[in-house]
Amino acid sequence: MTRKPVLSVEQIDKQFVLHTQNGAILDVLRGTSLAVSAVEIAALCGPSGAGKSSLLKAVYGTYRVNGGRILVRHGDDTIDVATAAPRTISALRRNTIGYVSQFLRVIPRVPALDIVADPAIEQGVTPDDARARAADLLRRLRIPDSLFKLSPSTFSGGEQQRVNIARAMAAPRPLMLFDEPTASLDPENRATVLQMIAGLRDSGTAVLGIFHDPADRKTLGARDIDMTTCGREETVHA
Amino acid sequence: MTTPLLSVSSLNKRFGTTIACDDISFDLWPGEVLGIVGESGSGKTTLLRSIAGLIEPDSGEINYRATGGEVDVHLMSEPELRRLQRTEWAFVHQHPRDGLRLNVSAGANIGERLMANNWRHYADIRTEALKWLAAVEIDEARIDDLPRTFSGGMQQRLQIARNLVTSPRLVFMDEPTGGLDVSVQARLLDLIRSLVRDLGLSAIVVTHDLAVARLLSTRLMVMKDARVIEQGLTDQVLEDPQAAYSQLLVSSVLQV
Ligand SMILES: Nc1ncnc2c1ncn2[C@@H]1O[C@H](COP(=O)(O)OP(=O)(O)O)[C@@H](O)[C@H]1O
Ligand SMILES: Nc1ncnc2c1ncn2[C@@H]1O[C@H](COP(=O)(O)OP(=O)(O)O)[C@@H](O)[C@H]1O
Ligand SMILES: [Mg+2]
Ligand SMILES: [Mg+2]
Repeated sequence: MTRKPVLSVEQIDKQFVLHTQNGAILDVLRGTSLAVSAVEIAALCGPSGAGKSSLLKAVYGTYRVNGGRILVRHGDDTIDVATAAPRTISALRRNTIGYVSQFLRVIPRVPALDIVADPAIEQGVTPDDARARAADLLRRLRIPDSLFKLSPSTFSGGEQQRVNIARAMAAPRPLMLFDEPTASLDPENRATVLQMIAGLRDSGTAVLGIFHDPADRKTLGARDIDMTTCGREETVHA
Repeated sequence: MTTPLLSVSSLNKRFGTTIACDDISFDLWPGEVLGIVGESGSGKTTLLRSIAGLIEPDSGEINYRATGGEVDVHLMSEPELRRLQRTEWAFVHQHPRDGLRLNVSAGANIGERLMANNWRHYADIRTEALKWLAAVEIDEARIDDLPRTFSGGMQQRLQIARNLVTSPRLVFMDEPTGGLDVSVQARLLDLIRSLVRDLGLSAIVVTHDLAVARLLSTRLMVMKDARVIEQGLTDQVLEDPQAAYSQLLVSSVLQV
């Protein structure tokens, strides 16, 4: 069976010009290509500094690429994130692309429960339903009820990571990006998170993630994408 | 397909030989919070005040899609502009004294805008004023006190209540948390963030503080020497700044 990919990254280049450091140039992505379909988990592999996180940020529209296309299926349309206007990217993020960053960005004074419920509310879920969904996810991720009303700014790294995951899970979108979601979790919570991600896949989501531990990738049945070679073969052997 | 709420094109403003705004164009979309950042003297306040009709630019168009149809802000008659400023728009000044009447009570400060929007019954106005004092976390018992007797943080919250009480569609804010202590600032930011969200407002927020911009805005414009040198979604500009000056601005903050 062939599926039209949800995400097609075609020959993207990403360069950082560091003006504050004598204009040093970092070539982080060069001609990178990959595709991810619905009901699939793809895992970006490669050593630290290979550009895995940068690629996720490029797909999410945070890093602006210098060349190539990042095609995302958005309802009946296909949007090129590489050239999309800010407003279009905002719409994509609301309904099509979810992203779990490596570290939770806490908002001062906003309780964990609201941080988790927020993206679902933006999608039009009623605040009460969104909070119920958020509470359920936080409990599954073993965050005690007593923390729901607190700002996660004082939470441990592992707790913050679980809040971040719950936030994305409460508003699942057709393409989900995960940057080392299990990095600071104990074995029990790690297993729960992997189960949740597999569940997303089974319900039709296209998942692109970075999973440091090969055992995690195996558990997920992920397709490995080697960042040091992806998209380069054609150019190298041409 | 929606249309912009506000379109600014080729706006220019000089003071003598000083160029304060140099050929500035942008759109603001409904529901968007646009942050304008940049160093002191880069023209942020002049841009904001020109758009809001508080000063006259030398050239340029500012088109606003009012409920009654599209208007060019600087071609409107004075009474029409005043009406817009009192109803659909709100302006939160950096210094509360510029946006409040310090010699009338807190309740009257809020009530004044309601009366300008044709509220007539004293009891209704007082009830609404009490509701808004609560919304901005000012003790309702202070309703008859003069804002002169309030702390800076309370005055700023009162200014926000006075401005938002009539549910404006577009709010201009110039360094709204400027001269306040960090803890007072955090509380005020939280308040602004939730009000803007719950009321579905569009806003333009001028600030030199990137943390404030990060918290409040969906999109950012960076100004330097009277020009917009970079713009994009807030995370794009803060995490992948392109212009040399934006990189300097971002790297000079410990954590954004
Ligand atoms: N915003 C940025 N500005 C400058 N350099 C960056 C930025 N983001 C990432 N880099 C650089 O890009 C390279 C790849 O980083 P990253 O994508 O985080 O790799 P990985 O996730 O594979 O470890 C690194 O050299 C990193 O320093
Ligand atoms: N009323 C004025 N008369 C003369 N010069 C002014 C006036 N207002 C602003 N300027 C000048 O215009 C430039 C931009 O100022 P301003 O818009 O206040 O910048 P910012 O808000 O970014 O600090 C500055 O050089 C400032 O000195
Ligand atoms: Mg990484
Ligand atoms: Mg100013």
